[in-house]
Amino acid sequence: MSAKTDVKNYTGFRTLTFVCLFILYAPLVVVTIYSFNASPSITVWEGFSLRWYGDVFTGPESGKFKAAAINSFSIALIAATLATIIATSAATAIVRGGIFKTRTLSLGLISLPLMVPEIVLAVATLIFFNAVGFTRGYMTILVAHIAFCIPFAYLPIQARMQGIEDTYEQAAMDLYATKAQAFRRVLLPLMMPGIISGFLLAFIVSLDDFIITNFVKGAGVETLPTAIFGSVKQGLKPNIMAISTMLLALSIVMVTLSYFVSKTDNTK
Amino acid sequence: MAGGAATGGSAAADTYKSARHWLLLPSWLVLVLVVLAPVCMMLIYSFLTKEFRGGVIWEPTLAAYDQFFFDRGLFGDDPPKIEWTYITIFWRSIWQAGLATILSLIIGFPTAYFIATRPERTRALWVFLVTIPYWVNLLIRTVSMKFLLRDQGPMNDFLISTGLIDDPLRIVNTNLAVQLGLFYSYLPFMVLPIYASVERYNFAMSEAAADLYATKWTTLRRIVLPAVKPGVIAGCILVFVPSLGAFLAPDLLGGAKNFMIGSLIEEQFKGNAGNWPFGAAAAMVLLTMVLILLMIFARQQRRAEASP
Repeated sequence: MSAKTDVKNYTGFRTLTFVCLFILYAPLVVVTIYSFNASPSITVWEGFSLRWYGDVFTGPESGKFKAAAINSFSIALIAATLATIIATSAATAIVRGGIFKTRTLSLGLISLPLMVPEIVLAVATLIFFNAVGFTRGYMTILVAHIAFCIPFAYLPIQARMQGIEDTYEQAAMDLYATKAQAFRRVLLPLMMPGIISGFLLAFIVSLDDFIITNFVKGAGVETLPTAIFGSVKQGLKPNIMAISTMLLALSIVMVTLSYFVSKTDNTK
Repeated sequence: MAGGAATGGSAAADTYKSARHWLLLPSWLVLVLVVLAPVCMMLIYSFLTKEFRGGVIWEPTLAAYDQFFFDRGLFGDDPPKIEWTYITIFWRSIWQAGLATILSLIIGFPTAYFIATRPERTRALWVFLVTIPYWVNLLIRTVSMKFLLRDQGPMNDFLISTGLIDDPLRIVNTNLAVQLGLFYSYLPFMVLPIYASVERYNFAMSEAAADLYATKWTTLRRIVLPAVKPGVIAGCILVFVPSLGAFLAPDLLGGAKNFMIGSLIEEQFKGNAGNWPFGAAAAMVLLTMVLILLMIFARQQRRAEASP
């Protein structure tokens, strides 16, 4: 086929794809490189050093970062776990519950946190906690995170369950397994890749959230993003680049894990 | 990704039919209590009287909406004129989000097309490469962008060292920085739906057009684009909607002069000087705009599905 009629290739599209990837990765790569800068200034490069990584753990701001990290990780762990359980249970009803009236409505409700702009969700949650008289703090952050993590956990779980034919459970029940047994011993193990993938995505989304957390956190309770935002507001510092690089690496590792787990096929 | 949960796939299996309402109960409980009810509560708050240290007094009033749209002078007794301050902020947000969307489309469409025409086994890897940055903390990405674009940042250093420019480009704290930040934040959202559309596109149609002496660019414009239009519209919505209510990019990259809706709303709730009913009203206006957009989009998609 000549280049003129090769309908799959357009001049410049390959270049623009590389431009796209360059734009997506350049800022991250630059920050990663500069996080290893020995200089206390963020402008001049003075050679390779792990100094600012040490500073994150032992420097003057280390106490703040440590408390924020404990909050962030414990909230992400609890919120992702609960969101995954809730999402698995909802997916079972929606994918394996036949057709019923509230099915579409339930799907709409689950996608709601994805459709409403995050800042609106943040305002609404803050107003809700205020109206019911909850004191803002750790618990309010946790409750808000559970809610907006549900759709992120739900999507890979639903996708996985749709890929599993119900003949496996039918076979188990033909052999006198109860429904509960068929679910626990047959469907759940087959679903595991979807569930793990959903959990990991929910975990990252919770760990990354800034806007909603910023609204519903009380004074003095910080998560990593709100602590980083507070520091950045006073100017970019090298220790922020180090802590950002660590979070960035963690997100990439978890997404990669989620990707490969969701690809595994354990139905054979 | 966003909006993707709306299709439950074909429902055939009903193994757990008897338990379905119990299985759905936890998700309903959490989402109704923590998402749906709060949004309704926000609507109510927008009609209440403000408390000066944040919070509200339970007395119904239209004051918040009145403040949004009308200017009644310093003492509130002048004849009402249109208040342009907030309308301008909304207009600027629409403009910025629109430009970011166009920029994403210019880069995102060729990328999606290129990926969709790769051999099947490498496609997933390309898609994965485009998706990774989305999962990196948005705050960190925005901070990285600021670091890169700064007056004394690596980009300016590079451009000066190559002799392309003599003085650093002053990008941070301009509208351009906000557009670039929004574009950078949501670019993956543009690529993914277009990719999905192009992947389903039947390239035999392009070949037929080429056989009939259409040039490649005519084929792209007249044959490919109409066929993948739903994906393009989906991509534009997925970039435009979050850009409209964005807070981090305008706040960190735009500075005080480039205020957008997100910052306006945030200002009403953080700190002591806030006006909760006004913030709730501004959030309601934003939500209404987004819902109208999504409804138009849903109708478009249904129509596209109806006509094969």
